[in-house]
Amino acid sequence: MSDFLNPQFWYSVIRVSTPLFFGVIAALLSSITGTINIGIEGMMLMSAFWGTIVGSLAQNPWVGLLAGIVSSTIMAVILAYFHLKLKTDLVIGGVALNLLSSGLTVFMLYAITGDKGSSASLKSFIIPRVDLPLLKDIPFIGKVLSGHNALTYIAIVSVFLINYLVKKTPLGIRMRSVGQNPDAAVSVGISVTKMKFLSLILSGIFAGFGGAFLSMGYVSWFARDMTSGRGFISIAAQALGGSSALFGAFGALLFGIAEATGITLQSLRIPSEITNMLPFILTIVVLIIYARSRIRSHSRIQEQ
Amino acid sequence: MLPPFGGNRMKAIEAIDITKVYPNGVVANKNVNISVEQGEVHAIVGENGAGKTTLMKIFFGIEKPTSGEIKVFGKRVHINSPREAIALGIGMVHQHFMLVPSFSAAENIMLGIEPRKRFFSVDFKKMESIIGDYAKRLNFQIPLWEKVLDLPVGVKQRIEILKALVRGAKILILDEPSSVLTPQEVNDLFEVLKRLVQNDLTVIFITHKLNEVKQIANRITVMRNAQVVGTYENKDVTETDIVELMIGRKFEYDIKREPKEPGEILLIVKNLNYFREDGAHILKNISFSLRAGEILAIAGLEGNGQKELVEILTGLREKATGQILLNGDDIMGSHPWEIRRAGVSHIPEDRVEVGCALDLSIAENLISDRFHLNPFSTRLVYKKKHVIEFAKKMIKEFDVRAKSSTTMVRMLSGGNMQKVVVAREMTNSAKIVIANQPTHGIDVASSEFIRKKLMQIRNEGKAVLLISTDLQEVLQISDRILVLYKGEIVAHLRNENITETDLGYYMLGVKRQSEEQIKESVNL
Repeated sequence: MSDFLNPQFWYSVIRVSTPLFFGVIAALLSSITGTINIGIEGMMLMSAFWGTIVGSLAQNPWVGLLAGIVSSTIMAVILAYFHLKLKTDLVIGGVALNLLSSGLTVFMLYAITGDKGSSASLKSFIIPRVDLPLLKDIPFIGKVLSGHNALTYIAIVSVFLINYLVKKTPLGIRMRSVGQNPDAAVSVGISVTKMKFLSLILSGIFAGFGGAFLSMGYVSWFARDMTSGRGFISIAAQALGGSSALFGAFGALLFGIAEATGITLQSLRIPSEITNMLPFILTIVVLIIYARSRIRSHSRIQEQ
Repeated sequence: MLPPFGGNRMKAIEAIDITKVYPNGVVANKNVNISVEQGEVHAIVGENGAGKTTLMKIFFGIEKPTSGEIKVFGKRVHINSPREAIALGIGMVHQHFMLVPSFSAAENIMLGIEPRKRFFSVDFKKMESIIGDYAKRLNFQIPLWEKVLDLPVGVKQRIEILKALVRGAKILILDEPSSVLTPQEVNDLFEVLKRLVQNDLTVIFITHKLNEVKQIANRITVMRNAQVVGTYENKDVTETDIVELMIGRKFEYDIKREPKEPGEILLIVKNLNYFREDGAHILKNISFSLRAGEILAIAGLEGNGQKELVEILTGLREKATGQILLNGDDIMGSHPWEIRRAGVSHIPEDRVEVGCALDLSIAENLISDRFHLNPFSTRLVYKKKHVIEFAKKMIKEFDVRAKSSTTMVRMLSGGNMQKVVVAREMTNSAKIVIANQPTHGIDVASSEFIRKKLMQIRNEGKAVLLISTDLQEVLQISDRILVLYKGEIVAHLRNENITETDLGYYMLGVKRQSEEQIKESVNL
C-alpha cells in the first residue's frame, strides 16, 4: 500500500501514461469526425520502429522522432485513401494496417539489424529528459512531475491544445459537425471528405508521437510488437472521455495507474504474466461500467 | 410600379431544358423549363416522384443535370456543389433539417463561417451580433445558445432560414416547409416569407398542400411525371384545377363519413404514464377507449408523445406504467408479436425503417406477419405459389403500382410502399388497426386511397386509432378526436362542426378542456 504514497509510483504512472495520452488524442481526433482510427496501434508501432532506426542512423533522436511521425502519417494517408477514396470499410482498413505494421517492422528489423526480436544491437538515441525549474524543488510534486521525457510534456500540453482545438476553434466545430450530422456539414459547404481526411492525418501524427516515445523514451530500443495493445487501450480511454480530450486523458491516467500497479506488483513476486493483464482487465471492467452507466433505450426498435 | 410576374421582371433562377437521368435509368426530369422571378413566391407542386425534389437538388448543386442549363440572375452557371450554390446566392431549407443536434442554434447558423478572434478561436460574441441583425429584420425570436435538439420544429425551421440568409442567400428554396407545422405556425412562416420577398428575396416553395399554395404563392408551377405541366398565375387556377393538373385526370374528394353507431369497446387505456430514458415525463395519465366501427384520431403536433404512445400500445417500447386492456387482458409490456396475435395491427409512422423490409419483395412484405400460417406455409416450407397469388390479389386491391409481385420494395415510391404496408395491416385478422401518420409525405391520390380504405374497414366494424398531424385528414375521416399536447390529452372532441383553427388552439396548448369533458373519452 505504501507504494501509492511513493512519488516514484506516481512518476511512473505519468511515464507509462504518456503514450496513452498521445493515443487518446489520436483516437479523439479521428472519432470526432466519425472515422475512428482502428490503426492507431499499427501507426504507433511503425513510428516506434522508424524512430529508433532513423534516430540511430542519423545519430539524432529528433530526426528519429520526425521519421517516426512521418511513417505513421504515411500510414494514416494510406488508411484515408482506402477509406475515403476507395470506400473500404474503416475497420478492415485499420486491422489491415495493424497486421502490416506488425509484420513489416519485424521484417525490416531483421533486414537492418539481423535480429528478429529487438534493435538492442544498434546504438540508440533517446529524447532527453527535462527538469522543470522551480517545480522540481517542491517536495513530492516535484518528484512526480519533474524530470520526465520531453515528449511527456509535449503530450500534456497537447491534451490541452487539442481540447481547445476541438471545443473552441472553427476547425473543431466543423470536424464535430461532420461526425454528428454530415448532411448538415454538406448543407453549409463543408467538405466531409476533407474533414475526415484531416482528422485521420492528425490522428496519425499523434499516434506517431506516442510510438516514438515508446522506443526513444520509455525504453531505448525497438522490440517486436512493443506497443502491446496501447493503441487499443487508447481507443477505450477515449471512449470514456467522450468528445473531451481532458476526460480522455483522465481515462489514460487510469490505465496508466493499472499498468504502474502491475509493474509494482511484479516486485512482490507475482508473476508478470498476471500483472501484465491488469490494464486489460481494467479495460473490460471499465467498459462494462461504462456500458451499464449509459442509459438503455426502452425502444425495441433497433436504432439505425 | 413593377411589372407583374410572368412578364419582364428580372429572372432570379431559370432552368432551361433540364433533363436528369439517374444512373439506374430513372428519368427524374425531362426537358424541364421553369423561370422564377426576383421577389416572387413561386410554388412548385406535384405528386411524389414528379421530379420537384430532383430539380431543387440540381438548383442547389446536389445533383448535376444530364443536359440543359441553369441561369442565375441571367447568367449561365454550372453548380457543382452546395458550396457553389451558396456562393451564387442560393439557399435551401430541406424538409429534413440539416442541423447538428448537440450544437447551439448560433453554432448551427454560423457553421462553416464562424467569426474568429485571436488564437483562432470562435468569436461567440460576434456570432451573436451578426445573427441578431438578421433576426431583428425578420422579427425572429431565437434562443441562440440552446441546443437545437431541445427546440421546437418551428424554431428549427427559422434556424435553417437564418442559416441561408447569413450566407447571403437571395433565392431561398423551401422543401415542404409546412409539413411539420401547425396552422398557426404555418401562418407565422408565411409572414416570414412575405417579409423575405419584401426584402427583395425570391422564394421557391415546394409543397403538396394546395390551400397553402393558394394562400402564399404568386405563381405556381405544376410538375407531373418528371415534366412541367405549366406555370400559372395564382389567381387563374383553383385548388381543384391544380390537383387535376398534378394527377392528370379528374379528381373528386369522395370520402363520405356515414354516421355509424359504434360497437363494443375493444381497447381501454387507463392511466398510462411513461418516463423516457432521460427521465422526461413523456406521457401523462393517458386514458381513453376505442370502440369497434369508429375512427378515433389522436391529433397533435409532432413530438408531443404520439410516437411513444404508439410504440407502447404496440409493444415496441418498454417500461410504461398503467393498463392497456384488450378484451379484458392487460397487454402492457407484452411483446409485439403477442399484441399482434391478440388482434392489434400497426401501420408504423416510418414505413422505410419499420414498416417494410426494403430488400424483400412486395409479396414477402405482404405476408411478413403471417408467413407461418396457412396457406403460406406448411410446417416446414413456405408455399411460394400461394404467396404470389395472394400478393397479386393485394396489389390489385390496393392499387400498388409495381412491375410485379416480386419487385423489391426498395424500388417503390413512397406512396406505393405505404400501400404495401397498409394492405398487410388491413387484411390480417386484427380487430384494431393503429395507423400512425398513414399518409405522411405521400401524394394526394395515394393519401386519398388510404383514407378511403381506413373508412372502409371502419364501416366493416374494425376499430381504427389514427395518429395524425394532418388536421385535414383528422377532420375528414375521424369520428372522435383526442388532442395530445405535451404528453397529455387536453381535449376530447366529437368531429362535429369543428375547424382546423379550433384544433390548432388545443394543439398549441392555448386552450384545454376541463377534466370532466376529457373523462368522457374513457367512459363512452
